[in-house]
Amino acid sequence: MRGRLGAVTSTTIVYAVLLLAVVVGAILTAAHGRNFFSVGNVDNILTTTSILGFIAIGQTLVILGGSLDLSVPFVVSLASVVGGGIMAGDPGNIVPAVAVALLIGAAVGLANGLIVTLLHVHGFIATLGTGLVISGYLASNYKGSHGSAPRDFRLLDATRIGPVPISTLIMIGCAVAAILMLRRTRLGHHLYAVGGNAEVARLSGLRTPVPVVAAHVICSSLAAVAGLLLLARLSVGNPTIGSQGGYDLMSIAAVVLGGTLLAGGKGNIAGTLAGVAIFAVIDNVMGVMQINPFLRDVVRGVVIVVAVAVYARREIDARPPRFGRQLVLDAEPEEVR
Amino acid sequence: MSTITTTETTARPELPAHQGSLGARIAAGMATPGGAVFVLVAVLLVSIMISNPNFTDPGALIRFAGRTAPIAIAAMGQYYVIVSGEFDLSMGAVIATQVVLAGNFIGQDQGRILPGIVLMLVVGALIGVVNGLITTLLKVPSFIVTLGTMLALTGLVRYITGGAATGNPVDDFRQIGRGGIQDVPVVDIVPYPLIILVALAAASVWLMRRPFGRTLIAIGDNPAATNYSGAPLWSYKTRAFVLSSLSATVAGILLVGYAGVHPSVGAGYEFTAITAVVLGGVLLGGGRGWVLSAAAGAFALELLFTLLTSLGVPSTWRDTVQGLIIIAAVAVSARAWQVGRRPRRTPSPTDLSAGTPTQPATGTTTGDS
Repeated sequence: MRGRLGAVTSTTIVYAVLLLAVVVGAILTAAHGRNFFSVGNVDNILTTTSILGFIAIGQTLVILGGSLDLSVPFVVSLASVVGGGIMAGDPGNIVPAVAVALLIGAAVGLANGLIVTLLHVHGFIATLGTGLVISGYLASNYKGSHGSAPRDFRLLDATRIGPVPISTLIMIGCAVAAILMLRRTRLGHHLYAVGGNAEVARLSGLRTPVPVVAAHVICSSLAAVAGLLLLARLSVGNPTIGSQGGYDLMSIAAVVLGGTLLAGGKGNIAGTLAGVAIFAVIDNVMGVMQINPFLRDVVRGVVIVVAVAVYARREIDARPPRFGRQLVLDAEPEEVR
Repeated sequence: MSTITTTETTARPELPAHQGSLGARIAAGMATPGGAVFVLVAVLLVSIMISNPNFTDPGALIRFAGRTAPIAIAAMGQYYVIVSGEFDLSMGAVIATQVVLAGNFIGQDQGRILPGIVLMLVVGALIGVVNGLITTLLKVPSFIVTLGTMLALTGLVRYITGGAATGNPVDDFRQIGRGGIQDVPVVDIVPYPLIILVALAAASVWLMRRPFGRTLIAIGDNPAATNYSGAPLWSYKTRAFVLSSLSATVAGILLVGYAGVHPSVGAGYEFTAITAVVLGGVLLGGGRGWVLSAAAGAFALELLFTLLTSLGVPSTWRDTVQGLIIIAAVAVSARAWQVGRRPRRTPSPTDLSAGTPTQPATGTTTGDS
């Protein structure tokens, strides 16, 4: 995949940063007398990656379409308590629980998408609003942990193929599916077009709401998957697990770290995965070094800004003009009536 | 087409400074999202007074206004950043920083109140400069920059305090947020926060009428055009971020009086402020909106919460109602800004009486027909 990119793109830089993080991490870990590449440590990093990974894949799609999703943490919590409630420790209920959780996620995404596209509400506000709605529902109906996951479901998180957890494999499967969707399907191309310039996309004859709604539905469904995964990991549903993780802002940070333009229309999933991995590596190294948990936030904040600053500048400058500037100026009086 | 334009310039009457009477202009202003929020505030106020007669007491009203002042001040600060097309997510973290700073630097020492306030303002301005310069010179999206400062400041404050309440500023300092001018007729007490709010609101209105404010709105509307017209974007946007951080600092100073010193003071303030600004009809992405509408948005939000409380809605449902209201408000205002009152403006009454030919029609319409 990287071979096709050829010249130095932001994705290449992101992977270079990831490599740098791994090298520095390995050195720092070795300085503490531990092996960065030990099975346990790699397993730890991959496990950390999977949950934020699911959410960040969906977030990438939404951001590519020129929107944002701030409701993901609450969808994560909702999926975890609803899934846990339906399962109630009975292995026979796993399938309906997963189905219901995914359906709820898709419904929230549909609501987000329709509010953004039909009511013309900025994605930031629309999803902040739906997030608040869900958070109110959760706070009113669930006090503390809820439901429980049967052992069979917990295996989803506990099983490993070699050193790789199954949850990470599912996440990578979703990423591949999303990459194929973006590169090979009409929906994916339309998503880029709408995110790049919704008005031009509309004038070219696209139904602009369709890709944005689809991106929101996929994003919220993936957030529900992340919620189910957290349910499998913790074995109980928790109504605040999503907001504790700060998945809304962290996923957006990972997406932007991965080289996707926050304004939409440019970026890819591979970069996002690298962004998520960078976070996981940094977290892991700080864990090994036993840095104060509050100071970790400081490091995270600085890393986000510095890493994005490294290529944000050239990213915008390097963006080729779609049309000659003269042409745009000429076209304008005809358009504005 | 060019001939039509030239004949038109000779026929075009001199543009009047205002169109319509004062009443008509106020009515037209009320129809915009930025004006509608004042109607919303009035409606909410009346509904609260009906559901809870205690609220009709002028004293209760003015104390409510005093309590809302920090949010309104934060919203006005956020307005500068949003109207120039950016975001400031670091506001809550700045408030927490300032609160902890006040608690630890001022402490029980009377003499340190003034240096303490100066120090807080300097720190606030510094954070704003950092946010602004990274956003403008390094071209990092402000969402990411301020997210980074938010994480860094929150982490730093919690690390220093250990996540628990530490330090307690002297009572005189807390009086800024808690006290007021006593023994005023009718309203009994005029809270200092309200006075500060009114002063800042007046200053903001003045500032937004100055070239700075006009340019800031122009930058939000069309950064490229404003840049070509010679306005340095980095300088204006950085100043907007500084104003935002300074507002958060003032809100922090006021909140010390109410909430005391705890690193969690101010948590979530950035989203409350953004909500208030958006509720005030200010367009996310910049270029539209009035600074007082942002403050009115803060009042509308707080009135809404008060109304829910007085209606006996459990506090856990507050979020849900808040979410629905934001979406509805923005959906309505998105329509209203699209319809807009400027593009298809009817000519002033004098022009109408003189006859339609003088109507300043655009060249294209004449050319097409």
